[in-house]
Amino acid sequence: MRATVVTITSGKGGVGKTTITANLSVALAMLGQRVIAIDTDIGLRNLDVVMGLENRIVYDLVDVVEGRCRLRQALIRDKRLSELFLLPAAQTRDKSAVNPEQMVRLCDQLRPEFDYVMIDSPAGIEQGYRNAVAPSDRVLIITTPEVSAVRDADRIVGLVEAGEKGPPKLIINRLNPAMVRREQMLSTADVVEILAIDLIGVVPEDPAVIVSTNRGSPVALDGRSPSGQAFRNIAGRLMGKDIPIMPIKESANVLERLSRLVRG
Amino acid sequence: MTELVTIRGTSEGLIITLGPGSFDTVVGDMEERLAARASFFRGGRVALRVGDRSMSVDQLQTIGAILERLGMTLWAVDGDHPATHVAARELELEVDLRPSAPPTTATSEPIPLEEMAGIVVRRTLRSGQAVHYPGHVTLIGDVNPGAEIVAGGDIIVWGRLRGNAHAGAMGDEQAVICALQMQPNQIRIGSHIARPPDRAWRPKTPEKASVQDGGIVVERWKKSES
Repeated sequence: MRATVVTITSGKGGVGKTTITANLSVALAMLGQRVIAIDTDIGLRNLDVVMGLENRIVYDLVDVVEGRCRLRQALIRDKRLSELFLLPAAQTRDKSAVNPEQMVRLCDQLRPEFDYVMIDSPAGIEQGYRNAVAPSDRVLIITTPEVSAVRDADRIVGLVEAGEKGPPKLIINRLNPAMVRREQMLSTADVVEILAIDLIGVVPEDPAVIVSTNRGSPVALDGRSPSGQAFRNIAGRLMGKDIPIMPIKESANVLERLSRLVRG
Repeated sequence: MTELVTIRGTSEGLIITLGPGSFDTVVGDMEERLAARASFFRGGRVALRVGDRSMSVDQLQTIGAILERLGMTLWAVDGDHPATHVAARELELEVDLRPSAPPTTATSEPIPLEEMAGIVVRRTLRSGQAVHYPGHVTLIGDVNPGAEIVAGGDIIVWGRLRGNAHAGAMGDEQAVICALQMQPNQIRIGSHIARPPDRAWRPKTPEKASVQDGGIVVERWKKSES
């Protein structure tokens, strides 16, 4: 198996990188892929919590890089899916503990053993980001439909394009169709117009995500939630399947437009 | 206000004219102005105009060192005083600027916009990216929010201007900013600055921004425009 290394990044913090990394990893494993998720947010690790594996951490990424353990010893098998693994970040160090070359070497060691290596990038454009992007074959950029998030995403797209990693793809997270219809939120078209990269998926705003994060049970496992469905679709598209993007009703119907006119 | 130092861009590089005043004050002002726009000028050749000021080898070397630190090279010194000629020759600097240069005066005339060099950039500028150039800039693409163009001359955006644009950045108030879709974050011409109206809007036609009556005015591109 030669893995595809996918880095999930955004620039802006809090837009859903960790949630999406966890859920895409789960969804790919549900599709029969052998997956390892790596948390590179050293010092502010979260991927372990979102996946519900925080009690099982013995060794972490920094231990591996500094030679205190073998790579295999630091991998944590998921409690639900046997083909899904996690390499957690360290919590007591910071992003200077690892450099991009070490990340590339680490991923080269993992490539033969997995189908997908999913790297959760920290926010920002400094060392942490550079560590996360260095080994990647593909980059997924996450944004929410908010002006500030899109601004940061644009900066990251510029950096990825300049770094010759191939064109990144976009995931719009936390879209609220009702707010878009009321013109209180940017639409998918607005975001894509500014960022001008291919869209690989749109995840709707879903309260089930917060519940799942707190419980450590990624929502992609839940057959009923709309966000879970979106994550599974994105995983399919990542594997090359042709899954049309769910039409999220973003334009107002006649009644809504009339009432908006009257309100003025 | 008579400026101590004027800085003009030409197709052959920069012409820095030293005005009247003590050497230290004038050179200090020059250094400050250049450092404020360092990325703009980096890599450029500089011709120095000093009028009838008498310059010594030490003084020319001081100026040369300042310029080098900012990534520029002094190639010529134009002055009337014989001592200036001697000092320049000793440092192997040219003493005659090209014939196309205007006559030597203590204060220089502005290089007309029509004679400024220009570049064409064929890509979209993303947030955090910038184009700085001492002449005109034409960009075929968009300028995204968070991106900027700073030009000594005009700025033409054949696309959507959504970021920042500063035309006439070296003090030329005659410069203009044109865009197919003028939706900037902020525009500046010379020392004037303007921001768009608070209500969101989408321009329907290409527009041109220029300084009129002491402020920036944005006008639709009309068919009768000459």
